[in-house]
Amino acid sequence: MSIAIETKDLHFSYPARDGETMLPVFRDLDLQIQEGSFVAVLGHNGCGKSTLAKHFNAILLPEGGSVHVFGRDTANEELLLEIRRTVGMVFQNPDNQMVANVVEEDVAFAPENLGVPSPEIRKRVDAALKAVGMYDYRRHAPHLLSGGQKQRIAIAGVIAMEPRCIVLDEPTAMLDPHGREEVMQTIERLNREQGITVILITHHMTEAIRAQRVIVMHEGAVLTDGTPKEVFVQVELLKNAGLAVPATTELLFHLNRQGHSLPLDALSIEECAQALCAWAKA
Amino acid sequence: MLKDITLGQYFPGNSPIHRLDARCKLMRVVVYIVALFLCKSYFSYGLALLFLITAIALSRIRLKALFKGMKTLLIIILFTALINMFYTPGTVLAKFWIFTITEEGLRNALFLVLRIVMLVSGTFLLTYTTSPIDLTDGLESLLSPLKKLHFPVHELAMMMSIALRFIPTLIEETDKIISAQKARGADFESGNLFRRAKALIPILIPLFISAFRRAEELATAMECRCYHGGKGRTKMKQLHYHMIDAIAAVITLTVFAGIIVLRSHGL
Repeated sequence: MSIAIETKDLHFSYPARDGETMLPVFRDLDLQIQEGSFVAVLGHNGCGKSTLAKHFNAILLPEGGSVHVFGRDTANEELLLEIRRTVGMVFQNPDNQMVANVVEEDVAFAPENLGVPSPEIRKRVDAALKAVGMYDYRRHAPHLLSGGQKQRIAIAGVIAMEPRCIVLDEPTAMLDPHGREEVMQTIERLNREQGITVILITHHMTEAIRAQRVIVMHEGAVLTDGTPKEVFVQVELLKNAGLAVPATTELLFHLNRQGHSLPLDALSIEECAQALCAWAKA
Repeated sequence: MLKDITLGQYFPGNSPIHRLDARCKLMRVVVYIVALFLCKSYFSYGLALLFLITAIALSRIRLKALFKGMKTLLIIILFTALINMFYTPGTVLAKFWIFTITEEGLRNALFLVLRIVMLVSGTFLLTYTTSPIDLTDGLESLLSPLKKLHFPVHELAMMMSIALRFIPTLIEETDKIISAQKARGADFESGNLFRRAKALIPILIPLFISAFRRAEELATAMECRCYHGGKGRTKMKQLHYHMIDAIAAVITLTVFAGIIVLRSHGL
């Protein structure tokens, strides 16, 4: 399988408050993301998750090192539109990423910018709205929709570019549990059915365990990287970095500390329940 | 409290007026406004009024909505009417204390009120029956000849549509800030005008800060969706003139011609 996004020795820094010294965000960050995968990026605030995401579609350019998107260098200005078209981005606040006051017009925004012919735009908009299950709302005003619905429209707006990869920067942070589930299911479906590479930046462990791979960032570097099970069994490592682990792992970890021996990688509630039942019987 | 601002509101529908091309409607409103300022007599006002009433009837917009929008202008209308009524020299009808009512004054007041009301309802009808997107698209297309003079037509249209898009969002936000400040004991209702104006500062500052933050986020989101100005941009919905637009244009021009003819005959 080919590589969707690759960073090599990525360097980036932000100017500090005093305006003179530069605060480094990344030092020599190397990362590879496989095409078609569903990757969750974890880390607490200020660890560079969002900054990293903005490097994936050339909103920010590396100060040192390089970022390649499907083999294309993001520093190449001629490829800018091609890169942004390939890697779509969805942000936290759905209100601040909608341009138009009719749902379908908003979804049409990106293909319009790309100069797609009108009949083709219509087709893409309808397909994108159906892909996120919002086709019936195409003539609605976005501000009358719920948070989860708005975020699905934002996803549709990105799908309409026919991207190969979608980066979602805490898309569920402002949503209620119901809206969160709507968005997660939409993301999973797009990944499964259309083979779109998904990079999900999140704070929610329950979302991270649904990914195929979890990357934990800490102070601008990768703390640990692997399948959810591989990552979350390292409870002490994560705790030392000030990160939470899924509630299930937390429970099993505490039981183990009291002298029991339970498998820490029972991440989902069902797995955890099974592990506990098996342990109770024994 | 801010929810009933009707400015720039759009009522979706499928009436003949709704179906008219936005460019056609925009031009009609311009012609209609010019015609209103050419009106001098009961006949010409009658003609323009007939035109307006027909348009309102065809649009199936509820009169209540139209009057609701007019409410905010009531003070201005009353004020101009009174000023005109009392301060126009001419045949005196009644006189008391420092006020004199003249025949010409009454006539002027009536015409001015008619003119303002018709002006406002005509333009309201435009925004009520045209979606903001169509409106800005229409404006962009009508102004496109100015592009040759390096006038930023696309940018202007884009700014307009974004402004319209964010009106409800910012109103909601203002309501939230007002509630938040009230919860902390802010008092917006008592005191003199100066005091009350000063009380607005704790509303305006957070509102502006958040608006700037929103603007920045929106700009990034637009860039992520490949926005790079108007160059090479296409549209999902293209504007097309239909038979109905031709009919509307003929009617509008006939009314306009009628008013000019009336005026040239001193009516």
